Order: sequence, then structure tokens, then C-alpha cells
Amino acid sequence: MTDLWLIIPELSLLTLACGVLLIDVFRGHDSNAVTFWAAIFSVLAVLALMALYFPDGSTIAFFGTVKIDPMGTVLKAFALALVLMSFFFARDYFGKNQEHFSEFYILAMFATIGMLVLISANSLLTVYLGLELLSLSLYSMVAMNRDSAQSSEAAMKYFILGALASGMLLYGISMLYGVSGTLQLDQLVAYTEMADQQRILMVFGVVFVIVGIAFKLGVVPFHMWLPDVYQGAATPVTLFIGTAPKLAAFAMAVRILADGLQGLAAEWSSMLIILAVLSISIGNIVAIAQTNIKRMLAYSTIAHMGFLLLGILAASSSGYASAMFYVIVYALTSMGAFGTVILLSRSDTEADQITDFSGLAKRSPWFGFIMLVLMFSLAGVPPFAGFWAKWYVLKEVVAAGYVWLAALAVFFSIIGAYYYLRIVKLMYFDDSSDPQSLVASQDMKLVLSVNGLAIFLLGVLPGSLMSICVIVTIPYSG
Amino acid sequence: MLSLAHFLLLGAALFCLSVAGIFINRKNVIVLLMCIELMLLAVNMNFIAFSHFNGDIAGQVFVFFILTVAAAEAAIGLAILVVLFRNRNSINVEDLDSMSG
Repeated sequence: MTDLWLIIPELSLLTLACGVLLIDVFRGHDSNAVTFWAAIFSVLAVLALMALYFPDGSTIAFFGTVKIDPMGTVLKAFALALVLMSFFFARDYFGKNQEHFSEFYILAMFATIGMLVLISANSLLTVYLGLELLSLSLYSMVAMNRDSAQSSEAAMKYFILGALASGMLLYGISMLYGVSGTLQLDQLVAYTEMADQQRILMVFGVVFVIVGIAFKLGVVPFHMWLPDVYQGAATPVTLFIGTAPKLAAFAMAVRILADGLQGLAAEWSSMLIILAVLSISIGNIVAIAQTNIKRMLAYSTIAHMGFLLLGILAASSSGYASAMFYVIVYALTSMGAFGTVILLSRSDTEADQITDFSGLAKRSPWFGFIMLVLMFSLAGVPPFAGFWAKWYVLKEVVAAGYVWLAALAVFFSIIGAYYYLRIVKLMYFDDSSDPQSLVASQDMKLVLSVNGLAIFLLGVLPGSLMSICVIVTIPYSG
Repeated sequence: MLSLAHFLLLGAALFCLSVAGIFINRKNVIVLLMCIELMLLAVNMNFIAFSHFNGDIAGQVFVFFILTVAAAEAAIGLAILVVLFRNRNSINVEDLDSMSG
């Protein structure tokens, strides 16, 4: 019975999601506004419950399948806040296009349950179930734009490659289970710390698990789905996929690698180095060639996920803290960037070309400035939040003894700055081909402004969020 | 007498067949879905073998979850397939090339 109180956020979100689904079904065609507010209320209620039941320490519950700890709860709270913001952007987009996509909110809520389960996983079974609940909801969200050939193609590619990744992950899990005889991550870690002749079999399993994680994060060479999905999906769906699930993917990597396989850190670090180098280089170089902003941001995601891996591969508690800071800042920034794409879109046109940003600073000085902050942050220009994120991660990489890796990452970030600054140049120095003023609801403009200001403030005062990240990752210093 | 190695070899063979199927097949998306199912069944074979020879029940429980999730996954995969066919009148893998770069 006491176990139930530990997972009260997940339980209440599940109940509320089913309730919202029923409301939507019974309201029929005019359900958009009701479903939207019900979904907003549900997420807010879960956030409140999470604050009320904030854990003091780490507790393992439900026969070792679930672990409730401060790191997980902080990540969950950020994921819920990102989901909440994405609802406002989605309502604006669907409102402009006169489309009735109330199922977006319901699928997003089920995906959020998947994220919460994944974040609090302490067993390989929980990891798998959370991941599948998240992925299955995302596949259907991509396909939601039923009459678009591009969307359905993107959904098919996402589905096939996602299922392949799950299969790889499961094969790795079966190997780990076979060698260690346990699915529980806290028992597995005790097993990996004993060096014996079965280590080679464990490493064989770890390779498959890493492939699965790399697919979900979207790092090279397992990134093939990402650009197509970002481009093909409706912009609010892209915005959703590009933000909160990244936190869940980070949590999954930390849970499996740090909670479960810390004893094999030397092996998995060297695998992550290869993935990180490939993603940072290929992501940044290919992004330069893009003309579609969603596709460009997809390659930028690939490069940023490479940076995230840099923090994880340091395999220390401060490394995980820097990676956690990185992923939170990245998710917030990319939320704003996709939000601006939604802001520019109108009922007849999708503003997904880079040239659509021409002259934005003259059409709307405020949102031009917000986009400037976001692009500078993504490029890593000081003193914006993205700079500090890169700084902390690189500091950990150097502390772990990989100076060449840090130098390489800086080199490719400088190359990457080109395509972010190109957008700033278009906004401030080019003339707009589209003189009409921006069409957007007030609440969405407010959310976008708050988002941009949050990035600006995190750039000025990065210490507060960083100290939270450091405190919650202390258990990994042991 | 069959040993653990026999079952693991069978699992590995099925797994390799399914991965090869996904990469070699250039014709039909339905074949891809079949390969994905085969891949999950190969993993199930591993889990059951380990569970039996280690004398631990957790692996068999995992198999039930995989079977259930595989059913949900197949349902969503086929639904996407129907949408795809309606939009493009083709489920040929080679026709899935409208986006690139």
C-alpha cells in the first residue's frame, strides 16, 4: 500500500488520461477546447502531486521494478512542464489550420506516462515497457496527419526503425539477464562489478543495449529516422518529439548504464566515444546543407545528442550532472525554436523553409529577438544557456582525460555555429518576402516569450539549475 | 540432450535472419513487419532458454510482456501501413523516398 503512494504521479496521470479520452469521445466534433483544457488541468495536477510527494531519498518499490529518487522526480517535473508548453503550441497550430486533432493531447498524455515509467525504471522490464508506451504513442502521433503522404511515410520509417531498435535492445537485455540471472538494475550492477570470465558475454549484451539507446537518442550511425520524422510530422508533433522524450532517453541511458552497468563503464565509455564523435561531426556538417528548417533542426538534434553522450561517457556523477543540465537546456531551446516555426506558419502555408525567417526582426522585433537568443544558445555563444551547457560537459570530458575529444567537439561546434548564425542573418539583414503580420494566439505568444526568457535567464544565472543537477546526481558518486 | 547453447544458437540464427530480412528486403513493407515479429520471437527464445536453465521465472514473465507489446506494435504498424497505402497506393519499400538530404 505504501508503494502505491510512490507512483502516485504515474497513477493519477493514467487515470486522468483515460478520463480525458472519455471526455473527448463523448464531446464529439467540438471537443478541441474541452479536451485541451482537461489535458492542461491533468498535467498541472500531476505536477502539483509531484511537488507534494517529492522524495527525500531513493526508494526501490514494486519488487525492485521501480526506483523513485530526486533525479527522476526532477526530470519528470521538467518533462511535464515541457509537455504542458507543447500543448499551447499545438493548440495554436491546429487552431490556425482549422483542424480537429484533439487526439494529439490524449496520445501526448499516454506518451508522457511512458516517459515517467521510463524515468523511474529500476528493472530492464520497466525500461522496456516505458520505452514501448512512449514509442507506440509517438508512432501514432507522427501518422496523425492522415491525408499527408509525407507524414505517413515518416511514420512508417519511424515505426520500422524504432521496432528494430527495440528488438536490438531486447536482445541485449536477454544476454544481460542470461549472464547475471536478474533483471533488476541494482542487482545487475553488483554483478558487473565482479570481474570474471563471463565479462565478455556481458559486453556482448551491452553492445546491443547501446545500439538500442543510440537509436532512441538518434545518434549517428543510428540517426536515419530522425530527419525524415522531423520533416514529415506536423510541426507540433515534431516539437513534442524533439523535447520531452529527450529527457526520457537521457534517463534511460543513465538508468541502464550508470544504475545497471557501472562496472562495465570502461567498455561502454569507449563505445559512446565513437557514437559521440560521429554524431557531432556528421550532424553539424550535414545541417549546413539543409534548406528545410525542421530538417536542419533535426541534424542539429543529432549533433546535440552527441554532446549529451560526452557528458554520460565521463561516467562520473558530475558527468551525469552536466549531461542532465545539457539535456534540459537543449529541450527548452528546441521547444522555442520549433515554437517559432509554428508562430510563423499560417493556415495556408507551413513556414518550414529557412528563407521563411527572412526579415522576421522587422516584422516582429520581439520574436526576432527571442529566436536570436535561441539560435545563439543552440550555437553555444556566451553568455547564453547553451554555452554553459557545452562548457560543463566539456569540463567533464577534460576531467575524464579526453582532451582530444573536447577539442574535436569545440571544432565541430564552431562549424555548426554557421547554420545557426545564418538564420540570425536572415532575420536581421534580409527583407521579408511576406509582409503580413504574424498570426498567433495571445497565450501561445506568452508561452514562447517565457520560453525565450527562460533560456536568457539560464544563460545569465546557470548556477541554480546546475546545482540542482549536481545535488540529484550525488548518489552516482559512490 | 539439448543444452543452453542449442537454444541460444537457434535464437541467434532467428535474430540474424530477421535483421537480414529487414536490410535485404527492398520490396514489401509487410515483409518488414514479419521480420520485426520474428526478431521479437527470437528474443523470446533466448529469454525462455535462460529462464529454464537458470531456474529463474523472471525471464518467462518478460516473454509474456514482449508478446503483449508485440501485438500492440503490430496493430499500430498495420494501421500506419493502411494510411500509407491510402496516400500513396503503394507499399513498396523503394517508393518510400520522398524525403532525403
